[in-house]
Amino acid sequence: MNYQDLKPIQMDIKVLGTGCAKCKSLEKAISKAVEKTGVNAIVTKVEDIVEIMQFGVMTTPALVVNGKIVVKGVVPSVDELSKLITK
Amino acid sequence: MKGWFIPAVLLPLWIVTYWNLQKLADFVIDDLLRMTSGKHLTETLRFFIFEVPKVMLLLVLIIFGVGILRSYFTTEKTRAALEGKSLFSGNILASLLGIVTPFCSCSAIPLFLGFVEAGIPIGVTFSFLIAAPMINEVALVLLAGLFGWKVAVIYVATGLIIAILAGWFIGKFKMEKYVADWVFSIKSNQESEEEEEITFYERIQKGYQSVKDIVGKIWIYIVIGIAVGAGAHGYVPEDFLGSLLGKENWYGVPLAILIGIPMYSNAAGIIPIVSVLIEKGVSLGTALAFMMSVIALSLPEIIILKKVLKWQLIATFIGVVAVGIIIVGFIFNYVM
Repeated sequence: MNYQDLKPIQMDIKVLGTGCAKCKSLEKAISKAVEKTGVNAIVTKVEDIVEIMQFGVMTTPALVVNGKIVVKGVVPSVDELSKLITK
Repeated sequence: MKGWFIPAVLLPLWIVTYWNLQKLADFVIDDLLRMTSGKHLTETLRFFIFEVPKVMLLLVLIIFGVGILRSYFTTEKTRAALEGKSLFSGNILASLLGIVTPFCSCSAIPLFLGFVEAGIPIGVTFSFLIAAPMINEVALVLLAGLFGWKVAVIYVATGLIIAILAGWFIGKFKMEKYVADWVFSIKSNQESEEEEEITFYERIQKGYQSVKDIVGKIWIYIVIGIAVGAGAHGYVPEDFLGSLLGKENWYGVPLAILIGIPMYSNAAGIIPIVSVLIEKGVSLGTALAFMMSVIALSLPEIIILKKVLKWQLIATFIGVVAVGIIIVGFIFNYVM
């Protein structure tokens, strides 16, 4: 048995936002949530508007987890985000 | 049950408090502090103690109500409602939806692109983009609290008319060619998922949340604004600005708008300044024109829009909105 296969799959979290204040607070909040829950995840920020539009969101900031939009237009609390990523 | 309980208790409490504010202020000033009525300091303090809770109570109630109302609207639903609408009726609908759809000016670009992608004419899109920041519930409450409901209603009505006509005008001139070329090639590859229904209890929660978010952020500006308004009364000559920006000067309104464009503030920050301006002899139309130009035309937003619009369209947008605001300013000065 290959132990490599047992490693949990890394969660792919993207913060979509063009750099407004709310986008920065979402980035901070999700990083805290990842740290708090110990989820194996990589958080990246997407600032390019063309790339953001490909997700079909019209309100920023938005949060994409494994390719699925889970948050748009609002900044949830760290607790709410923690629930979102441990589900 | 749980959802209804708190509003059912708070609302009557709100009403009783609101209608007894003058008595409460008088009680504090005359009986608790035993100040001599009629003296300048006494009356300034009385005004402050009455005005701050009054505006706060109005703010909390209206923002709570608007928070619940907005939970029924999303940008996706608004976009769906505007798809395939003809120019004029589309402009009216877009302006009205601009008031109730939750919108932050930092989302202006994704929203613009999302609308274009859905095939909504840019004239209609502009009506939305003008109405959304210009007609603001905080501004409405502050205007009503400081100058009466008549002024507040005129503010909403004229704001709507500017948004409708400016968007219609931009649409008439077929300015699609002045949108950056890459915009039309955007295609989102994500199907928008259906919205899940939320319960009324959750909507009430959203109402509380928006009260917490908005009032928590702006209360300090309002207290300072009212304090400045109360304090400036009688200390700075009444006609200090009146000679420059009063009714008699035709150039007062355009000048106020020019000063307002590079300035950027939200409605809550600007209204205390407006109340001081009026206190100092600036006519109401000029002051309102100044306010509208600060919140509807802002340099940061123009810079953001530059990414998707060519300068011809940006210039038209500024020009049309500025002319609309000038007309409103003149009408106000003439009527009031």
